[in-house]
Amino acid sequence: METLSFIFRKLVEDRVALIGALIILLLILTAIFAPILSTHPEDVLEFHPSERLQGPGFAHFFGTDRMGSDIYSRILYGARITITIAVIAIAASVLIGVPIGLLAGYYHSWLSDALMRVSDIFLAVPQVVLAIAIAQTLGPSIENVILALSVTYWPFWARLVYAETRSVQNEVFIEASVALGASPARVMILHILPNILSSIIVRTTIGMGGTILTAAVLGFLGLGAPAPSPEWGRMISESREFLPEAWWYATAPGIAIFLVVMGFNLLGDGLRDILDPRIRRSSRHDK
Amino acid sequence: MNVDAPSAPRRTQVNERTILDVRQLTKHFAVRNAFGFQKGVLRALDDVSFTVDKGEILGIVGESGCGKSTLGKTIMGIHQPTSGDLIFEGNDIAGQTPSAARETRRHLQYSYQDPGASLDPRWKIRRSLHEPLVIHHGSLGYDEREERVRAILQAVGLPAGHLDLYPHEISGGQQRRVGLARILTLQPSLVVLDEPTSGLDVSVQATILNLLLDLRKQFDLTYLFISHDLSVVRMICNRIAVMYLGKVVEFGEIEAVFETPRHPYTRSLLSAIPEIGGARVTDTFTLEGEPPNPGNLPSGCRFRNRCPMVQPRCAEIEPELRADWPGQEAACHFAA
Repeated sequence: METLSFIFRKLVEDRVALIGALIILLLILTAIFAPILSTHPEDVLEFHPSERLQGPGFAHFFGTDRMGSDIYSRILYGARITITIAVIAIAASVLIGVPIGLLAGYYHSWLSDALMRVSDIFLAVPQVVLAIAIAQTLGPSIENVILALSVTYWPFWARLVYAETRSVQNEVFIEASVALGASPARVMILHILPNILSSIIVRTTIGMGGTILTAAVLGFLGLGAPAPSPEWGRMISESREFLPEAWWYATAPGIAIFLVVMGFNLLGDGLRDILDPRIRRSSRHDK
Repeated sequence: MNVDAPSAPRRTQVNERTILDVRQLTKHFAVRNAFGFQKGVLRALDDVSFTVDKGEILGIVGESGCGKSTLGKTIMGIHQPTSGDLIFEGNDIAGQTPSAARETRRHLQYSYQDPGASLDPRWKIRRSLHEPLVIHHGSLGYDEREERVRAILQAVGLPAGHLDLYPHEISGGQQRRVGLARILTLQPSLVVLDEPTSGLDVSVQATILNLLLDLRKQFDLTYLFISHDLSVVRMICNRIAVMYLGKVVEFGEIEAVFETPRHPYTRSLLSAIPEIGGARVTDTFTLEGEPPNPGNLPSGCRFRNRCPMVQPRCAEIEPELRADWPGQEAACHFAA
């Protein structure tokens, strides 16, 4: 718990990371309180063709879309979809990748080589291409987007944990625990994992941004949640035929995606500085 | 002792007091090139045999890289021996299955050269001290473990308040004590001490040595004392094994070896101990050059290219340990 308050204190000092954290906090609050904050909560599902493509104003903060729905309200509800996809996909990637990396790193056998070669194969194919292939094969739905993202993202954690495990394994206290009679499971879970946790946290934070971006790309390509779901990538995709006249139609979800991805990246960078002082952000000089 | 005698002649005698019998222990490491192909063998331990008696302190000395730590770790089972036997308390422990080896380790413990590094930096001292008991005495409750830990902590001379500190918050000497406490919670019979005084200043060295002697009495311990500090070895050890490049070149009672060293290597090592009022070390030191690469040893005697009394025979025949003196053995053709 001391570590948590330490991270919090450092975070407040690091203004850039704090901005990232605040953006993410805003995203979470938005998702939770979408029904209260939105001006037209019913517009997620309902159409008002008479009000289609109205510009931003007091009635509709971010304007209306081709169906006459309020874009502001739809973006708030879209945050729920974004968070759901990112959290489940990342959790699955961590749950698959971390144990594989730990096992492959701890044991020095043909199995570790086999596991790492498999993850290399996944890494060799561009993430978006593989995710498109999976989403295309299984059909467009949120569940399939999550599946596609999990399948394509776990090798990042496997690689990271593998490398970190190999390096921590050379530490004397690991050998000392083995000499004391600790079982491999004990050494991996109680000694190695806590010592590489900070790298995993940093990777996970930055990975959230990448996952949200890829999810938006899949939505844009029509492989995500089907209409009329207020998924941000899908909204941008729908807006294309009305550009440049209805500029607000693409701008609002575009800025939402941009802010959220940037928020996670800033926070991830800040956490890296806090948790691993060896790697400093190049742009900042030590005082 | 119901283990069959090996075919090779025994040089050290097994008796009823023997706790550890090391027989022709060999440990080779494969040397690989950048592509992972084996290009040679590093003979870290070559045909090492000796016995350790219950309650004694056996010193193991030699230069850096002579295989002292490898010997300790191979006995511990951290490294698997390439060949040879390790008879510990009557059981052969070489090449045990991992689960059997874990059981053995309760009685056979290793104290690390750098005790600070041997403690998990993210664990408080309390958790590190509880761990051995959690592993080997799973039935004990937290309170029982805490009681034992506190008793041991007192034995090694640390206040109970240190239990709530992290390893980096205490000094090197205190880390050494924590390292010993962690081992002693398991009530081992043999402890391998790897350079227990290195990295400590002289006054702390003395208190740690006294602590080691006290603990030996209190817990009925036997020590394998790995060190390169000959004056410390002379002070606290009963017997000594001098190693050179993975081989024991001289073995015997501490007095005999220090008074009448038989092997030329032992002689040069002993001449390197500085003495107040004695001759300058640089005047009497006879050893020249570096030890050869252990991956590429010379033929015959491995000491011959640095030996002051080398003869043609040394390149042809590798000398074996000869028990030609009372309480003393040496591996040299010309030792007298």
